[in-house]
Amino acid sequence: MSEVGDSQKIWGWILALCMAAGLNSAALADAQKLVLTGSSTIAPLALEIGKHFEKLNPGVRVDVQSGGSTRGVIDARVGLADVGMASRALKQEERDLIAHRIAMDGIGIILHQKNPVKSLNDDQIRAIYTGKITNWQQLGGEDRKITVVNKAEGRSTLELFLHHFLLKNPQIRAHVVIGDNQQGIKTVVGNVGAIGYVSIGTAEYEEAHGMPIHLLPMAGVPATVANVRAGRFPLSRPLNLLSKGTPTGLSKRFIEFAQSAAVDDLVTAQYFVPLAR
Amino acid sequence: MLARVTGGIALAVAVLLGLVLMLLVRESWPVLVGGGWTRFFVGDGWFPSSGQFNLLAMLWATLAASLGALLIAVPLGVLSAVFSRFYSPGWLIMPLRRVMVLLAGIPSVVYGLWGLTVLVPLIAGWEPPGASLLSAILILALMILPTIALTSEAALAAVATSNLQGAAALGLSRKGIVLGVALPAARVGILSGALLATMRTLGETMAVLMVAGNVVQTPASLFDPVRVLTANIALEMPYATGDHRAALFASGVLLMLIVTVLAWLAGCVGARSNA
Repeated sequence: MSEVGDSQKIWGWILALCMAAGLNSAALADAQKLVLTGSSTIAPLALEIGKHFEKLNPGVRVDVQSGGSTRGVIDARVGLADVGMASRALKQEERDLIAHRIAMDGIGIILHQKNPVKSLNDDQIRAIYTGKITNWQQLGGEDRKITVVNKAEGRSTLELFLHHFLLKNPQIRAHVVIGDNQQGIKTVVGNVGAIGYVSIGTAEYEEAHGMPIHLLPMAGVPATVANVRAGRFPLSRPLNLLSKGTPTGLSKRFIEFAQSAAVDDLVTAQYFVPLAR
Repeated sequence: MLARVTGGIALAVAVLLGLVLMLLVRESWPVLVGGGWTRFFVGDGWFPSSGQFNLLAMLWATLAASLGALLIAVPLGVLSAVFSRFYSPGWLIMPLRRVMVLLAGIPSVVYGLWGLTVLVPLIAGWEPPGASLLSAILILALMILPTIALTSEAALAAVATSNLQGAAALGLSRKGIVLGVALPAARVGILSGALLATMRTLGETMAVLMVAGNVVQTPASLFDPVRVLTANIALEMPYATGDHRAALFASGVLLMLIVTVLAWLAGCVGARSNA
């Protein structure tokens, strides 16, 4: 008998919970909603910033959808999104929008510390990654096979790398394909002949903390977070929020929040470089 | 009461499995229907951004890594079980078993980390890049060795004492007893242990991801870097959208099919031992 009573009680609770959830979502539907679409590089960061923004502004919901920088531009232009996201500078014909920089993204080429090669130019890196140069001797180094470390498809670091060196992923002759930055650093640490690329923030930190790697300068500019922040480093790009005209209301508040020092730790957690202030 | 609870839990597990399968099929549906299932086995290779979803190279890599690991781990595991059952001095049996149980319980990511920082550099010094089919095989073999040793030992322990004593009474040497009586009588148990281990090698993700190099290619030598199906899902799922995502779910279906066939085989083996 008591079993029946218990189960009735449980069903009662479940019903109450469902009703509460229903009421809750009804309340949210009335709330203010901010839609962001665009770059899949920025989307994870925007999602995190959105969560904190929601916490600070009860009743506000931030909806983030990825689909590429170009979608961000188009959606912001036609009003499908309140705020667009683009992981590049605006093109000439996109100047009808206003770009609000929230962070910088930069990658650095890393070699093992014991590798005597201290710099490479773009053509040499392209030749290494397409398999035309396969031994460090051809670049003034020791007689050692080159191990090419590439990123897995879909990563923003891969996208930035390919874009800078004007390569397509199928052209690359990789020996090791990695997922995250840490795996890249460990792979280079374990192989004197390896070459890889990772987020500059991570590499600079690990190099400073005794990992036997060294970051290569690009076109004579040292690979440092400071140079990425200043926009001097060639292998870097701005992460922008886009608005049609001067932002107002909720969009304005969100963009200001995303540019404030309050999100610096979120930016760093995604291996991006916070703004100079 | 107990019958109802256990029955309910068993039912829930079955329903859960059904739901997982349904999710896999539903998520992979667009690419299964849209392009036909043949696109997973023809084409230039795995280039999801240009709509090429040939899984064959990764399927071969998965099977090669599993087979290689079994070729190493099964003989070693069975030998270790034979040693602890028939040759080991009494005081060594328990410590040996403890070590095996401990080894079987180490999380795979720890094996992976060890592989990445010790094994891969070692192989790289010999034949770069180091991250290769060979390192995947060695790590997997190390992971399944304790499982095989423990299941083989249990199978050997289950051989009726009267059989062993009878063989001894007939004047068989210890070697003769092991090879002629104990191992044949325990073969079904050993085989089902090996099948269990095979399923683990097929499903292992993190350790292989860290040491195998993850280049999508059909392995031509032990030193070639390869990418297995599970590693592919783990590497690309966080950033996959549309057809790419659906193709990853489809490779999950493929893995599930392979494991189901193995489980069915294991069931057949078990049924034969009961007959």
